[in-house]
Amino acid sequence: MAELKPWVERSTSPRVRTGGWRTAGVPRADLERCTNCLLCWLYCPDSAVRLDGTTFVGFDEDVCKGCAVCVEVCPTDAIRMEDE
Amino acid sequence: MTVLTSAKLLTGGEAVAHAMRQVNPDVVPVYPITPQTPIIETFAKLAAAGLADAEIVNVESEHSAMSAAVGAALAGARTMTATSSQGLALMAEVVYIAASMRAPVVMAVGNRALSGPINIHCDHSDAMLVRDSGCVQLFAQDAQEAYDLMVMAPRIAERGDVLLPVLVGLDGFTVTHLAEPVELLPDEAVREFVGEYSIPHSLLGGDVTTHGPFAMPDSYFELKVGQARALDCALHAFAEVAHEFAELSGRKLGVLDAYRLEDAGRAIVLLGSTAGTVKDVVDELRAQEEEVGVLAIRSFRPFPRGEIRAALEWLDEAAVLDRALSPGAFAPLYAEIAAATYNTDLHLRSHVYGLGGRDLLPEHIRAVFAGTAPDFPGLRWDA
Repeated sequence: MAELKPWVERSTSPRVRTGGWRTAGVPRADLERCTNCLLCWLYCPDSAVRLDGTTFVGFDEDVCKGCAVCVEVCPTDAIRMEDE
Repeated sequence: MTVLTSAKLLTGGEAVAHAMRQVNPDVVPVYPITPQTPIIETFAKLAAAGLADAEIVNVESEHSAMSAAVGAALAGARTMTATSSQGLALMAEVVYIAASMRAPVVMAVGNRALSGPINIHCDHSDAMLVRDSGCVQLFAQDAQEAYDLMVMAPRIAERGDVLLPVLVGLDGFTVTHLAEPVELLPDEAVREFVGEYSIPHSLLGGDVTTHGPFAMPDSYFELKVGQARALDCALHAFAEVAHEFAELSGRKLGVLDAYRLEDAGRAIVLLGSTAGTVKDVVDELRAQEEEVGVLAIRSFRPFPRGEIRAALEWLDEAAVLDRALSPGAFAPLYAEIAAATYNTDLHLRSHVYGLGGRDLLPEHIRAVFAGTAPDFPGLRWDA
């Protein structure tokens, strides 16, 4: 999967925490259910999905805008939106 | 070494189209508008006859024309287009974006008055609309200069330290539609002069790149300053490209065109084709031992502040002729000349002339030199 995004990901802004624009919840992952398919990482329109190498480790809340596309594409329902 | 050239009787619009044929861009997205239409009409005929390879994109508006041009230029295609007046106004949003995305698009602008009232004739209000877009803006005095500047433009636009759109202005009808003898360089000479199109980080260049993303307050400022510095670099780029062009063609174009200015006491400062008429009047007045001259400005953006100051500061008097208004303020060229010559003893006057294509006749220019022409807001001579 990692070969599908062979570029360096950068957030919109290195200094401004654009995650502060989020108004409708934040994604939380259940790592027990996660199969590390990386679909959330592939679909995330920003760069909010954090990997350690090629392993999913969670979300960058300073970047995530709360669009919930990761919830939508997760094949094991391992991600849900939570109120902040 | 100067290569052999051949003179043809061409309108300014046709001369620009021949420059385009010889430069042979990859993509030409364009929408017709008077008085630019003869440019694309001629170019389309030349392309249809197999004399140019460009993909001509028949877009639905000028906004789309420049949008397609930005995409093509950043994809790695040499891209040219043309417009006038309302077309430039509709395009203006994307003209700013082209400059900020550093897309080296070359565009001919057949200068025409902006609506309203609607008018198809020449003035420079369309050019002034995009003067702060960050594009290089050049003004040709005649068909030959329009051709020469269109051949030079890709070299200036595509330089690594510039990478900005270049707009070549030619006065609507006066230049776009008037036939004059134009010396064309051989096709191969132009192709060799412009070389292969190459920009860093093109979309089709192999690297994965993002163009035109959102910039937050922590990066927008730096990007705008970088863009402004690149435009300043275009002054030096113009000089270098003009030097090489002179070796090829025998015609040396400066960012300024000073005519009989070296021993003048009084001068007229202006942009575009009216310089020709003023030069004639200067010759006539010189024959009567009047110490008069002309400073025609070819590069309006970047504005050669230092060169203008050096050319004018020792004169007694200069009249700035503007072919555009800046309602509620000083006329645009006058304001910049005043700023460039600030704290000198030069006495400046401002005249606005020729709005919506009104003729400026030799007698009007004589009145400007005599000091009897009305000051700003101007030479509202009877039609």
